[in-house]
Amino acid sequence: MSEPPTAAEPRARSGARRGSVVRALPYTRFELLRTLRNRRFFVLSLGFPVVLYFLIAGPQRSNHDLLGSGISAPLYYMVGLVAFGTMSAMLSSGARIATERAAGWTRQLRISPLSPRAYFRAKVLTAYLMALLSMVVLYVCGATLGVHLPADQWLKMTALLVIGLAPFAAAGIALGHLLTPDSIGPALGGGVALLAFVGGTWFPLTSGSVLYSIAQYIPSYWLVQASHVALGGKAWDAQGWLVVAGWTVALTILARRVYIRDTARL
Amino acid sequence: MSSPGPSDAIEARTLTKRYGSIEAVRGIDLDVATGETVALLGPNGAGKSTTIDMILGLSRPDGGAVTVFGGTPAAAIDGGMVGAMLQSGGLIRDLSVRELIGMVASLYPEPLEVDDALALTGLEETASQRTQKLSGGQTQRVRFAVALVSNPRLLILDEPTVAMDVEGRRSFWGTMRELASRGKTIVFATHYLEEADDYADRAVLMASGRIVADGPPTRIKAMVGARTIRATLPEGELRDLAALPGVSAADRHGQAIVLSCSDSDRAIRALLERFPEARDIEIVAAGLEEAFLELTAAESS
Repeated sequence: MSEPPTAAEPRARSGARRGSVVRALPYTRFELLRTLRNRRFFVLSLGFPVVLYFLIAGPQRSNHDLLGSGISAPLYYMVGLVAFGTMSAMLSSGARIATERAAGWTRQLRISPLSPRAYFRAKVLTAYLMALLSMVVLYVCGATLGVHLPADQWLKMTALLVIGLAPFAAAGIALGHLLTPDSIGPALGGGVALLAFVGGTWFPLTSGSVLYSIAQYIPSYWLVQASHVALGGKAWDAQGWLVVAGWTVALTILARRVYIRDTARL
Repeated sequence: MSSPGPSDAIEARTLTKRYGSIEAVRGIDLDVATGETVALLGPNGAGKSTTIDMILGLSRPDGGAVTVFGGTPAAAIDGGMVGAMLQSGGLIRDLSVRELIGMVASLYPEPLEVDDALALTGLEETASQRTQKLSGGQTQRVRFAVALVSNPRLLILDEPTVAMDVEGRRSFWGTMRELASRGKTIVFATHYLEEADDYADRAVLMASGRIVADGPPTRIKAMVGARTIRATLPEGELRDLAALPGVSAADRHGQAIVLSCSDSDRAIRALLERFPEARDIEIVAAGLEEAFLELTAAESS
C-alpha cells in the first residue's frame, strides 16, 4: 500500500454490481492500454501509413494539381492513406485475438462472467479507437504538409469513414477466431494490400473497367469513396450504403458464429 | 460420501466423455459438499482434466450431467461463483501484473481487492512488472491470482503446482490453507499423493476414466501402500510378516519378501526387531500409477 497510485490503478470494486454493460468498460480500458503499449501495433498500424505518406506526398507537397485533377497531392494521398491506415487498424484486432487464443486467454475468459456480447463490444470499441487514432495522426501529418479543409468536410469524411469501417470491425474479429498467430500476419498484410488496391487507394479506378465493376461490391472501395468526400467527391449512393450494410451484417453473423464456436459454454 | 442436496457445490451423475473411440470419463458420480477441499488424484490420462472441463462447462458431457451450486456450470460461471486455474495457459501481454489482476477483477460482481489478491499469492514485489517478463513460477502465481481475485465460492485448480519450484509450492499451499479456512470449496487435480494427503479433506482417486476410490487421504494412502519394503529373508512366515505394525500386505518371491506398508518407518523397525537376519533391504515409494493399476485391476475383476 506504500506505492503511489498510478494512472492505471484498477478500481475493481467500483466496477462491480452494475451489470455487464458497465462491467465491460474497465475491460475495454485495459484492452486499449494493452494495444497502445504494443510496439508492433504502433509500427505497423500507425507508423507504416505515416512513413508511406511522407515518402509519397512529401516530395510532391507543392503539387496542387495532381494529374490535372485540381486536387493537391498532400490531400489526395492523405485521404488515401486514411482509408488504408484505418482499415489495417481495424483488422489488427484479429491479430490480437489470435494471440490471446494461442495463449489460452480466450479459454480463461470463457470461465469468467464476461458475456460474448460484452467481449464483442470491447473488441469493436478498441478497434474503432485505434482506427480513430490512426485517422487523427494522418490528419495531423496532412496538416504539416499544408492540407487545409473546412471543419464540416473533416467531420463529414470522418463520420462516413466510421460507418464504412463497420465491416472491417467484424472481419477482424472473425479472422482472429479463425486463424493462428502465425497465419494471421501474412493474411492481414496481404488482405489489406489487396483491399486497398481494389478499393482504389493508390490511384483512381477507371470507370467502366473490370476492376471498377468488381470494386463496387467491395467495402474497401466505399471506404475510399468516404475518404474522397474531402476531395469534393460525392458521398455514397444507395449502392454504397447497401454494400457496406450487407457486408457488415454478413461479417457480423460470421464473427458471432466463429466466436461462439470458439468459446461456447454449456 | 456426502449426501447430495442443494448445499452441494458439485453434483455429477454418470458423467461420461468420449474422444473418438477413447472413453476419457466413464460414467462417474461425484459430490463435493460446500466447504470441502477435495483432491482429484490420478495418473496422466486418468480423466481428471476432462472431468474438470465438464464441471466448468468447457466441454459438453456425452452422457450424464453435472450441476454446480444446484445450477448449470454456465449459470455458476456467469454468477461469478467459480474461479479456476486451468492446466495449461498463459497470460496476455502488455499489462502489469497489477493491471491484469484488476482487469480480471472488473469482470466479477464481488471481487477481492486487487491488493489482497496480490498479497495472497505473494506477488506484491512483482506487481508492477509486465506479464511477458515473468518467470515460469511467477506466471503460475499470476494465474493463481487470476483464479482467486474473483473471490469465488468454488475454486478449481488443475495441477496447479506443476511449474512451481519448492518455495513456490510451499507458499501456494499456505494460501490454499488460508482459503479453505475462509470456507471456500476447493477442488484440485494432482498426481502427487503427498499433496492430497497434506492439503485435502478427501481424495478422489481416478484411473482410466473411473473413480476407483473415494475417502480421507490417509485411507487412500494406506490403501495404495505408501511405501514398499523389499528384503532377502529366507525364513519367516508370511502371516507373521503381514501382522507387523505398519504393514498392510506381505508377499514372497523365493527368498525375497515384499511388504506393502501403510507406515514404512514403523514397519522397518518392527521387521528388524523380529527378523534381524533380513538383508538387502530396500524401501521404495510405491508408484501411484502402479497402485492405481492394481486398484483398477481389482475393480474390474
